[in-house]
Parts: sequence; C-alpha cells; structure tokens
Amino acid sequence: MRVRFPPPENTPQSKLQRVVVTGAGIITALGSGWKINAKRFRAGHAAFRPVTLFDVSRQRAKSAAEIDVPANLPTTLLSPKMERRLNRAARLLLAAAHEAWTQAGWQPDENLPVVLGTTSGEMACGQDYLIQATSNPKKQRGQPTRVVQYQLHRQGLDLCDAFGFQGPVTVISNACASGTNAIGHAFQLVRRGCAPRIFVGGHDALCRLTFAGFDSLQALSPTSCRPFDAARDGLTLGEGAAMLAVESLDHARARGAEILGEIIGYGAAIDIHHLTQPHPEGDAAVAAMTAACASAGVTPEQVDYVNAHGTATPQNDATEAAAINRWAGQRATSLHVSSTKASIGHLLGAAGAVEAVICLMALQGQWLPPQAAIDQPDPVCRFRIVRKPMDARIDIALSNSFGFGGSNASLILRRWR
Amino acid sequence: MDPLRAALERNQPISVKDLARPGWEKPLRIRSVPAPLERSAFLSHPRLRRAGDMAHHTVAAALEALGDRGTQGQIGIIVTMLAGLVAYTRRFYEGVLRDPATASPMLFPETVFNAPGSHLSAYLGSTAPSCTLVGDEGVFLQGLGLAAHWLAAGEVDGCLVIGVEEMDWLIPNALRLFYRDDVYSSGAGAIYLTTSAIGAMAELAAVTDSISYTVKQGRANAARKARSQLPPHAPGELLCTSAHEVPRRDAAENAAWQDWAGARLQPGAILGQAFAASAAWQCVAACDSVRRNNFKAANVSVVGASQQAIAARFIGSTN
Repeated sequence: MRVRFPPPENTPQSKLQRVVVTGAGIITALGSGWKINAKRFRAGHAAFRPVTLFDVSRQRAKSAAEIDVPANLPTTLLSPKMERRLNRAARLLLAAAHEAWTQAGWQPDENLPVVLGTTSGEMACGQDYLIQATSNPKKQRGQPTRVVQYQLHRQGLDLCDAFGFQGPVTVISNACASGTNAIGHAFQLVRRGCAPRIFVGGHDALCRLTFAGFDSLQALSPTSCRPFDAARDGLTLGEGAAMLAVESLDHARARGAEILGEIIGYGAAIDIHHLTQPHPEGDAAVAAMTAACASAGVTPEQVDYVNAHGTATPQNDATEAAAINRWAGQRATSLHVSSTKASIGHLLGAAGAVEAVICLMALQGQWLPPQAAIDQPDPVCRFRIVRKPMDARIDIALSNSFGFGGSNASLILRRWR
Repeated sequence: MDPLRAALERNQPISVKDLARPGWEKPLRIRSVPAPLERSAFLSHPRLRRAGDMAHHTVAAALEALGDRGTQGQIGIIVTMLAGLVAYTRRFYEGVLRDPATASPMLFPETVFNAPGSHLSAYLGSTAPSCTLVGDEGVFLQGLGLAAHWLAAGEVDGCLVIGVEEMDWLIPNALRLFYRDDVYSSGAGAIYLTTSAIGAMAELAAVTDSISYTVKQGRANAARKARSQLPPHAPGELLCTSAHEVPRRDAAENAAWQDWAGARLQPGAILGQAFAASAAWQCVAACDSVRRNNFKAANVSVVGASQQAIAARFIGSTN
C-alpha cells in the first residue's frame, strides 16, 4: 500500500524545529520533585530497602527502591471519585505530571498529545482482578474498576482529565526502553513540525508479578545493585515516574517560557539476538547511540556524559560497556559514565524518562551523578565511571535504555544557555 | 484473506463456541481462531517454538501481508494490542501465587507487551525500528499513522502494522462486565505500507487525529469529531465501521454515521470483538474492497470501547 498523505515528507534540515523542555516532574524512591532528587542524585544517595508492598519471603531478592507514595494527591481537576480509583502507578504518574505541568505553565488545549512509556501500567489491578475472578468469581464488586485501570491508556486519559486538556494518548510498551522511546517519539514529532508541544514521560510501579518475574530469571541481585562492578550480581527493581513538557523552541519563546534543556538527538535499534539477553558485542546499542549522535549532529567526542542503562546484570553491563567502548573509540578513556540505577534501581518503563530528567538536572547544575556503590570496576570498562560526587562542565549528555525484546534506544540532551 | 472475504460475503456471524471459566457453570461465548489444517512452517523457528498465540498470530498475519515481497530493505514493525499477553501472564502469576520460588522463568519473558514484535523482528532478521503500541481498538489506526511518519521520515523502506489479540478466559470475562452481548474473539490482521506503488492494493489517503474520551468529551462527540476530519464522502464509497451489533456499544458510532447512505461493512458483527485485531480486519477488508474495484474509496471508522475515536481512508491505488 502506498502512503501519500502528509506528514511532511522528509523535512529539510533547515525546517526542523529545535525541541526544548520547559517543565519536568519526577518521583523516585529518593523523593518527590526535582529539588530533592537533584540534591540526592548529586550526592550519590541510594534508596534501597526491604520490600513491604508484597511478600518476598520466598524470593531470592528481598529489597527494592520502594516509594512512600504521598497520601494526598496534588490538586487537579479530578473529582474525588476519580481520585479514589487511582492505583499506585497512576498516583506516581500524576505526581510527576503535576510538577511538570505547573513548571511549564501550560494552559489546557484542545489538541495536546500525551505520549507515555510503561511496561506494565497498573499491573497490580490485573493481579487483583485475577485473584478475585478465581477465588470469588461471582463477586463483581471492584472488578469493573480494576479492568478499566489495568488498561495502559487509562493513565494517559487521567492526565487529560487532571489538567483539563484534550489530545491523543499514545502508549509505547517496548519493555525497559519504553520511556526513552516515548521521549524520542515526542522529539521526532515536535522536531518535524507535527505538533508544537507534547506531554511525555514514563511510569511503572512495583508489583509482585514483575518482581517475581525478574527473580525467576535470577536477574535480581541478592546483595546490592552495583552497575559495572566486576562482581556485580544483578539488578534491583525500583518504581517511579517522570514527565516532561516538550515543545518547539519557537513555541516556548513565543510565550516567554523558561527552558530547562534541549533534546537534540534520538536513535533506536532492535537487537534480534535473544528475547531477554543482548548480543555480547552490543551491535544494536552501538547502532542506537550512533543514530542518536547522527540525528543530533554531534560526535562521541562532543558527548560529556553518558547515563548508562547499567542495570548491574552481568550480561547487560558487559554488552553496554563493549558498545560504549566501540561507539566512543578513543574518546572512551576520557568519557564520564555512570548508572543512576545504583541509586534508585531499575524503573523499567519509567527508567528512560527518569534518567532523561536526571541528565537535565546534571546539565543545569553542572555536576555528574555518581554511582552510589562500586567496589572494583569491571576491566572491560575503558571509560571513567563516576564514583564520587563531582562538579563538571557538561554541555551534552547521552542516555541509554535497553530492554527485553531487543529494544535499544538512546537520547541526547544539551544544556540550555 | 480468503476465509475473511468468504465470511464477509456470507454476512453471517461466525459460529460461537463455549469457553469455560472457573467458578461458573455457564461458559463464556467466544469466537476463536481455528487450528490450521497444516502446521505452519514458521512455528519451527527457534524464537517461536515456545512463544504463545500472540506471537504466532502476529507472524502469520505479517507474513501474509508481506506476501512474496521478501525482506529487502529496512522493514519497520508496529504491533498494536489492548490486552497484552494475558494467557502467559495469567499462567505465570498463578505460579507466583502457588509459590514464587518456583514460578516459571520460561513464561515471564513472554509476558512483555513487545515480545510478539521482537519475535517477528527476529524471524524476519530485521533490526529496523520496531514499536509496540497499546490501546483500545483505535490503536491499530494509531499504528498506521506512526508507520506513515516513519516512511515519510525515511526511517524505514516499508512498515508492517499488526493488530493482535489472543484468547484467554480472563478477557471475555472482563468484557462481560461492560457489554454482556459482545462476543470476544482473537487473532490478528496486518497491513504492509510502503511508498512504492508497484503491486499496491490501495492507498492510505488519511488517518484522522485520535480523539480521546475524556470527562469533557464522551464517545458520541469523539465519534463525530473523527468523522469530521475525513473528506466529505462521495457516491460509490464504502464505510467500514467497528459496530458489533451491540446496541449500547454501537450507539455513538451509529449516530455519527447515521446519514451514510452508501454501502456499509461491519466485520465485528461477523467476527466478534478482538480490539486491535478487529480494527486491523476492518482496514484489511476496506483495502480488499477497494482493490477489487468494488468501491472508489473506503472509510474506516473505529469508535473504541475505552479510549478513542479515530478514522482512516483508503483509496484506489493510482499506480
């Protein structure tokens, strides 16, 4: 079938819009909001503790970066009845969205797209639905709400209702690359003039199914999360959300918005080696980073910092290290790299969005996020792992996200001056 | 395609089967994909041997859409769905409830939404962009729109868009909470988009905005808005709607198109409700009708159950 209708065909470089961020919201186990997260990421704090949300007594791993979800929701246009229906993931997303929306100073509109990345949305609702459907099948109470809340697009529609705007809701679920894919998709749409602004982010909440799933694969660390450590033994799960108010520079300037940073590049590639394990040589990771640089018009020499995917599994970190070495070439030995999963764990669909906000924080504050815990770097890492808090002059940061199913994505952000 | 065409020409709902669910004497009514007469060759691929129905339906539909074009160039893949890989998720979580220490690591990886797309990429040997979109029925048309963007941007040479859902008692059990008379179905549909006119079935002329259901805008309003974004219709055009002969569910869409005097197709009334797959079947049926010169153009209307109204238009290829 031949495609004829616009979108604009291969927009010439001269007509591409610059894409900036005018609002950012974040909630992680380090706290709720930009200020507290920036302070604690800069210091290299870690937020792991024993899991209390569900029983982990029969799991190898016992800890996660669990959030104390605020009891009160931020003030929005949601009715009390709608608020009561929100489950954990939706509450995390709303907290981040409220901060981003408020900071951007956006007004409701009839056509404001939302793009979200998530791996499981409100999976806890699905879990509860199954339990009641099997243990007490004739009891219907609560089931319709669970079915509605389980559907991934529900959280996007909640954002529309919360802030009083209309617009298409797109949900991308590409495993652990979802958040970066969502921001990349928004970046491409704004860049090519398809939309002047987009509300974009990622969210995921801890749930028993996902925790048990990673534990069944023996991917969870029974000790601690130590990305790129020679003796690393697995990842630690976390939960959280981040939202960005993304718009064209022209649109931001026209309304006098304060700009937090600029998104300048995005690249994605698929690794077909295995459903859960990356190809040891990291071809897809190299392809994603290279494509991101090409779209940004930068070389590895110009990248000052890499926020690695760095899950702390033996395979991911080895592959990513090999990929960064290849992509950076001679630059590798002077390149600063860290994985902030050492602070807040792996946030799955939220990871890419949260890590993009961390990069914005670092670019704005001119510091590098250290890894909270690393004893002995893996010798395969030719790059400089940031191990202590440090100020630095950084203009360009690259953020990696790699997921099950071979989804590889990289985002490049630039300091706004 | 042949069974789909035959079913639509007969215009009789496909027979319903019973599906047991725990704790109930009365079974669920469903329409499921019949077992193929011969074992498909692709099932022998290492990535598909242990995969579930979602992956198998995805690959089957994609291969038919590709036809004999082969896999030259960068072939993008967009997989769309609503419910996800429910069967494996349910089985895995039941194992967790019994004893998380022994929950199966074979099942968990197949629960991720993008597993079918990943298996398809591996089967085709394609490292081109791949994306899994999740939403109600309209998500398939969102996928068509995304594919068009990728093609226009030169990111891919061609793009498969697949709508897929699988059968598990949990899904029709949930559907009954909202629409008791709706019959859940399963399967997949696929469309292959390129910018080349050679051998084209039809031309994708438009995809409207996705009009979300919010507190301010219900289904009826959204359906009208989606329709308003299509060009005014002319005689000799086909309308392919998402109506399922479930009056309460169909009311918004029927109202939006009440003045349509031309030919109308309702694949959902014949095949059942399979969310993203249903929308795919609508588009496939629309393209087939245009290709066979039965109609100058086919308008596809999707008024989804829980998220959006969206529409698309296919016209005869001008190659």
